[in-house]
Amino acid sequence: MKKTGAEIIVECLKREGVEIMFGYPGGVVIPIFHHLFNAPFKFILSRHEQGAVHAADGYARASGRVGVVIATSGPGATNLVTGIATANMDSIPLVVITGQVSREMIGNDAFQEADVTGITRPITKHNYLVQDIDDLARIIREAFYIASTGRPGPVVIDVPVDISRGETKFHYPESVSIRSYKPVTEGHPRQIEKACKLIENAKRPIVYAGGGVILSGASEELRTFVKKTGIPITTTLMGLGAYPETDPLSLKMLGMHGTYYANHAVNECDLLIAIGARFDDRVTGKVAEFAPHAQVIHIDIDPSSVQKSVRVDVPIVGDCKNVLTQLNNIVKAPSIKEWVDHVMRMKQEHPLRYKDSDRVIKPQYVVEKIDELTKGKAIICTEVGQNQMWAAQFYDFTEPRTFISSGGLGTMGYGFPAAIGAQFARPDKRVIDIAGDGSIQMNIQELIVAVQHRLPIIVAILNNGFLGMVRQWQELFWEKRYSHTCINCQPDFVKLAEAYGAAGMRVEKKEEVESAIQKALSITDRPIIIDFRVDREENVYPIIPAGKTIKEMITSELI
Amino acid sequence: MKEHVISVKVENRSGVLARVAGLFSARGYNIDSLAVSETEQPDVSVMTIVVKGDDRVIEQVKKQLNKLIDVIKVSDQIPAESVQRELVLVKILANPVKRPEIYQLAEIFRSEIVAISKRTITIEATGEPERIDNFIELIRPYGIKELIRTGRVSLSKE
Repeated sequence: MKKTGAEIIVECLKREGVEIMFGYPGGVVIPIFHHLFNAPFKFILSRHEQGAVHAADGYARASGRVGVVIATSGPGATNLVTGIATANMDSIPLVVITGQVSREMIGNDAFQEADVTGITRPITKHNYLVQDIDDLARIIREAFYIASTGRPGPVVIDVPVDISRGETKFHYPESVSIRSYKPVTEGHPRQIEKACKLIENAKRPIVYAGGGVILSGASEELRTFVKKTGIPITTTLMGLGAYPETDPLSLKMLGMHGTYYANHAVNECDLLIAIGARFDDRVTGKVAEFAPHAQVIHIDIDPSSVQKSVRVDVPIVGDCKNVLTQLNNIVKAPSIKEWVDHVMRMKQEHPLRYKDSDRVIKPQYVVEKIDELTKGKAIICTEVGQNQMWAAQFYDFTEPRTFISSGGLGTMGYGFPAAIGAQFARPDKRVIDIAGDGSIQMNIQELIVAVQHRLPIIVAILNNGFLGMVRQWQELFWEKRYSHTCINCQPDFVKLAEAYGAAGMRVEKKEEVESAIQKALSITDRPIIIDFRVDREENVYPIIPAGKTIKEMITSELI
Repeated sequence: MKEHVISVKVENRSGVLARVAGLFSARGYNIDSLAVSETEQPDVSVMTIVVKGDDRVIEQVKKQLNKLIDVIKVSDQIPAESVQRELVLVKILANPVKRPEIYQLAEIFRSEIVAISKRTITIEATGEPERIDNFIELIRPYGIKELIRTGRVSLSKE
């Protein structure tokens, strides 16, 4: 039977089991939208393409499925770029369909033309320009396979309008085989043995787990590993939730804004077991002095991550879930009681803390209250900056896929649209976007999408009237010259919420924080914006300045 | 910085060259030479890339190349373990008095005169890259009008 290209696209999405798609229409994708009108899955219309791609990304992170998004050619596609790069840096599986001008017009500076495969080449796992309608079904099948296997990532399919309108005999490829793409998923047995030997003989081992654990669904295996070996564990920002932070062996987050005890434990350890983490500069600081006494085991599915930043003694290329299972089968616990006691003592003596106040609301206090009132069970999305770090530090994450944040790219404006995607993925969960007054204004237009679909997302704005993280750096490292970071000329967020049909609250006193959060939690049929007026010049501590070492760590005690 | 000769087997389709080249340019590395052609399988191309770079960075680039979906195989071509060749076309301003010397030089290098005009001779020389370099240096004093090299191709001996 013959089908048009547009029909093939919708049919293939259906066969991939797509349950929701985000996007925005435009000229060259009208043929596709013509068939999306009665597609057997949900379609969510954003109000800006960037909102659509972040929502698809948030959906992917919360559900573990592939996020799907569509936009038109030219500006539609270029508006997706930030979202695609965000997903690429954090290895999030997306299939992105963009319209393109007709094949004969490509390269002609046609209306709304942009070289989308060229623009997205360095920020995708792979991309396609469909040049023959008979390749279309295969390409879509491959795109889902590539996006979701190995180290996941975004795949762009650029579809010229004449392909969408054209007709061909539809043939759905049952299986995918790409000769040059065969991700290794099992760890090499000899490497597993070597790793076990190092672990069993270690005196001061530390587990350093990252987003790869969550992506591969290995949280359970990680918990078993830690339980079996008794090794203290720290996670990266992307790894939050992989291991319960309420457990005594959890050292919470490491790195630039990580805990004193996690960073010191890594500094002193003699064995660093990196699992699904990539030694990002925000984790290592000055690489040469990162974990200086440690031998390193590195488990990662991406061979190009291994030996990239640090020298590794035992690399194990494979899927975290499989490798941890292999390790758990044979590993024996090292005798490290003295070390664990030492680390626990550091944890007790140098906890994360802030100077609370009765006069002003401390942003950390708001995050703690959100944690308390949601019993740590919410899905927390964040924007980027101080709000993100306070959320990471003061909310105790216990489950994977409950912390959703732009880690690698650090995309302001990510959190709110991602929260929309996350809420569609998990209607059973409370989704809270911990935001700053700067970031929230970057994609505020998506508020109407949450109102339209009655999503009870709570946006907790930690409003300090500053682009706070940059201001903090200016304070600490740039002579307090607050160049263009003061944004206290801002909209009335309560009225803004009400104008959109959302609920709005303003909280200016500490004693009102709890009741406001409670009131927000009682609303279940629309989004809620809470404008928390917090201490304007509160800083995120501890901080290890960029490229520096643990010796240069600034803690709140020093201030 | 050391010279590296990297051979990359890829799917023979549009866009692949841009992907491969992008990994070098993104690091500010200039590709010294690049030769691309079909192989014994028409759907597979091979790219021979000569690039100068830090060992560690090149190692990283090779891993990134392997990560590209369209890349089938990446290999380092070590001179002792591979056959490396290049072809040069050189147009020389040759006044009649000097021509016999040029013919002689061409013969020593087992190169071929491929075109002659009133004022120029064009020579084609093939061989190992160092040999080509030597040939060019010796011919340079006669006056090179135009010169073009194909870029290196390399095949491992094994």
